[in-house]
Amino acid sequence: MNRYPLWKNLLVLIAVVGGGLIALPNIYGDDPAVLISRDDQGEISEMEADSARRALAVAGFEILGARQRGNSLLIRFDSVEAQLSARDLLVEQLGPGYILALDLVPRTPDWIAALGLRPMSLGLDLQGGVHFLFEVDTDSVVTKRVEGYADDFSRRLREDGIRRTVQPQDGAVRVELRRREDLERSEDLLTEIEPDLEYDSGFDGEAAWITATLGEARLRELRDNAVSKNITILRNRVNELGVAEPLVQRQGQGRIVVQLPGVQDPAQASRILGSTATVEFRITCYEENALEADRLGRAPLGCELQYHTDGRPILLRRAIIADGGQLVDARQGFDENGQPAVHVNLAARGADAMLEATQEHLNRPMGVLFIETKRELDERGEPVTREEKTVISDATIRGVFSSRFQITGLNVVEARDLALLLRAGALEAPIFKVEERTVGPSLGQDNIDQGMRAILFGLLLVVLFISVYYRVFGMIATMALAANMVLIVALLSLLQASLTLPGIAGIVLTVGMAVDANVLIFERIREELRNGNSPQASIRAGYEKALVTIADANITTLIAAIVLFTFGTGPIKGFAITLSLGILMSMFTAIVGTRAVVNLVYGRRRLKRLAV
Amino acid sequence: MELLRLRREIDFFGQRRIATILSVVLVLVSLGSLATRQLNLGIDFTGGVLLEVGYRADADLGQIRSDLAAAGYADAQVQNFGAARDVLIRIPPRETIDAEGVGEELLGVLRAGGEQVDLRRVEFVGPQVGQELTERGGLAVLFALLMILLYVMFRFQWKFAVGSVAALAHDVIIILGIFSLFQLPFDLTILAAALAVIGYSLNDTIVVFDRIRENFRRIRTSNAQAVMNTSVNQMLGRTVITSLTTLLVLIALFLFGGEALKGFSSALIIGVVVGTYSSIYVAGNTALALNVSTADLLPPKKETANDGAVT
Repeated sequence: MNRYPLWKNLLVLIAVVGGGLIALPNIYGDDPAVLISRDDQGEISEMEADSARRALAVAGFEILGARQRGNSLLIRFDSVEAQLSARDLLVEQLGPGYILALDLVPRTPDWIAALGLRPMSLGLDLQGGVHFLFEVDTDSVVTKRVEGYADDFSRRLREDGIRRTVQPQDGAVRVELRRREDLERSEDLLTEIEPDLEYDSGFDGEAAWITATLGEARLRELRDNAVSKNITILRNRVNELGVAEPLVQRQGQGRIVVQLPGVQDPAQASRILGSTATVEFRITCYEENALEADRLGRAPLGCELQYHTDGRPILLRRAIIADGGQLVDARQGFDENGQPAVHVNLAARGADAMLEATQEHLNRPMGVLFIETKRELDERGEPVTREEKTVISDATIRGVFSSRFQITGLNVVEARDLALLLRAGALEAPIFKVEERTVGPSLGQDNIDQGMRAILFGLLLVVLFISVYYRVFGMIATMALAANMVLIVALLSLLQASLTLPGIAGIVLTVGMAVDANVLIFERIREELRNGNSPQASIRAGYEKALVTIADANITTLIAAIVLFTFGTGPIKGFAITLSLGILMSMFTAIVGTRAVVNLVYGRRRLKRLAV
Repeated sequence: MELLRLRREIDFFGQRRIATILSVVLVLVSLGSLATRQLNLGIDFTGGVLLEVGYRADADLGQIRSDLAAAGYADAQVQNFGAARDVLIRIPPRETIDAEGVGEELLGVLRAGGEQVDLRRVEFVGPQVGQELTERGGLAVLFALLMILLYVMFRFQWKFAVGSVAALAHDVIIILGIFSLFQLPFDLTILAAALAVIGYSLNDTIVVFDRIRENFRRIRTSNAQAVMNTSVNQMLGRTVITSLTTLLVLIALFLFGGEALKGFSSALIIGVVVGTYSSIYVAGNTALALNVSTADLLPPKKETANDGAVT
């Protein structure tokens, strides 16, 4: 007789029912929705929510529902068309100060949502969206810091009348002293202002030298800091772009992954995220002749030769009145002539300097320098960074101002982007895109449809085949396969791992391989029957003897899947996850699951024959 | 129903010379092709830009090529992707890695003629990332083989471990060889497929080894070849059925999974066929060539005394 103890039967039952429940949210689909947030992160008030709803109702939109999510308001629509035109309408109606994002909201019934169950998330290749991989140029942070130390050292030593040359080097500062008797005093001074550096010194004839090196730990901290700060800035920028469920994450030492599902304008996203653009406000050297300086290719003392976007040479003073880092707010708008402008608001420190500068240079032109860091390959194929600077405006200062003023000389898109960038903050270190994958929404849907069709057809073919070939046992194996699918979906939902196209391929492959366990068992049962054993004994022996083989075979496959997961990136990881989950689940469904059913069907009877 | 009810055992290992020659030839041809023609590596590995666009009507590839050449992209590869309306454009890595808006720019070029062009997919991979991926990919294959070698050594015996890894290397080399010989595009998903084949083919090998071990312990004969032959014959039904069900789903994937999964599924189909063959011939033959014998598989004496139930 073949009977399972009650607990094993219960285990199978619980797994299947529980798995079914957890997988349930996936069958309901999504509603397109618009997410309204304030750009100052504040909560959307009842009044604002009401006016949005009224505006939509007046325009004849059918709203499926509206509710709070965090500080934002989520409004659901019945079609993507309605969602898109509703967003356009709301942009107009609400005016500036709001961020509108498109989102897909699961149509999960309340009682399921109340249990905390969610459908599995779809990868970018199924949902449409953009994936970026940025590399942070942490070297530039180190260089900048070293230059900062060199300046500080030079100033401090000068104050004490010590004759020296100070050179920033690769991760270190080298100080050369003319007189050896200055060494002790200099060392004391330097360690006093920067005690954290590692100092080394020596004599060189009548002269002496000191090197101050950034230690390993300090370097790592600098680089780590740069990456973390950049992540924060990128998060700000992503929020400004209005993406419903973005992912901004560190990858490895100095890389940042940004994933923006459902982004409509990948070009803008790419432009904004990677932008190192910032501005500097400087008084022009109006008393000098810029054309003359251009001809000579040399700027007078205290000035810098730059070019206007229209090609005119302009001399700017080296001293910076204020830069992008001192802005507290920036908004795109229009100036009194109807030209696009960025209205900015300076923080107190910058405002004081601005007040002073505008008083002093009233009716003289002030230059706005637009700076962007670009990375290119030099002749040897090595990446080099280059700052690209252009003067976007050299308007005359018409009146004294301090904190509020505007930047002109841009087109609408440039003004919008610049306002957004200034608001979100400047990056700590330049970043460079090393990978981008954009999937249009239509391709995403095609991928889902085709993937699902492949799973269905594959499943159907296998089920037909094994049902004919192994009859009753084949049908039991079919049930196990179905349970396996449900459990994979349940686990993916539970782990909230994204389902990708390669992930679907993994599921399809699992269907093929999950049957293997059953084939092994059933073939073994047939063999035992051929050897003249009784049906009940054959069932028992078949399951027992096949077990070791199945375990060995699956563990080795699992090893391959785990290696894939460890070494792989995005798409490969997706494949590895579903494959490993599939293998693990199939061990349970194909062995324990089918045995439970077989026992139930055959276990209590005396049998002459088996339908295997 | 039974597909295979054999009256007599098939003498698999009687023809081992033919199988060995076939395998050696296939591996040599593959290696030769890999050395001379290399792989047609996708942008995942080389870096570059890939653009998939959809036209409203059948696309004129010649026109697209000349438009792109006029815009300075003479090195662009243009081909249909699945349907006559869908076009795939590949551009090798350029001087500037700052590919800001290359996708947009290309799209602008394609739309210049006033045609409706939908952007379906853009991929940009920096050359550095590509290089890292290649290294990681190669490392992944080696690491997987090593782990498997260790597991099989632990569970069976080193001769079997060498046999199974030989079979796996055989499979991977032949898959790569076929992709190289026919210059099929080799991207990340194909690499994943190659690794999945390692898993699959191993599965097959282990199942056969398992039975060989069982039979060695049961039959106690000095004729290793006969034992192995019996084992392979006993497992033949299972080997064929499992390969068949796996092939069924892979064919479904190939036919219905869309263009994006075509390369992946064809790599796996090749892998399953080659893997099934190799687990019978390559794995077994290698173990035979290493003089595998009953003694290799008997459990250590001590354990036999306590563990009479070993079958």
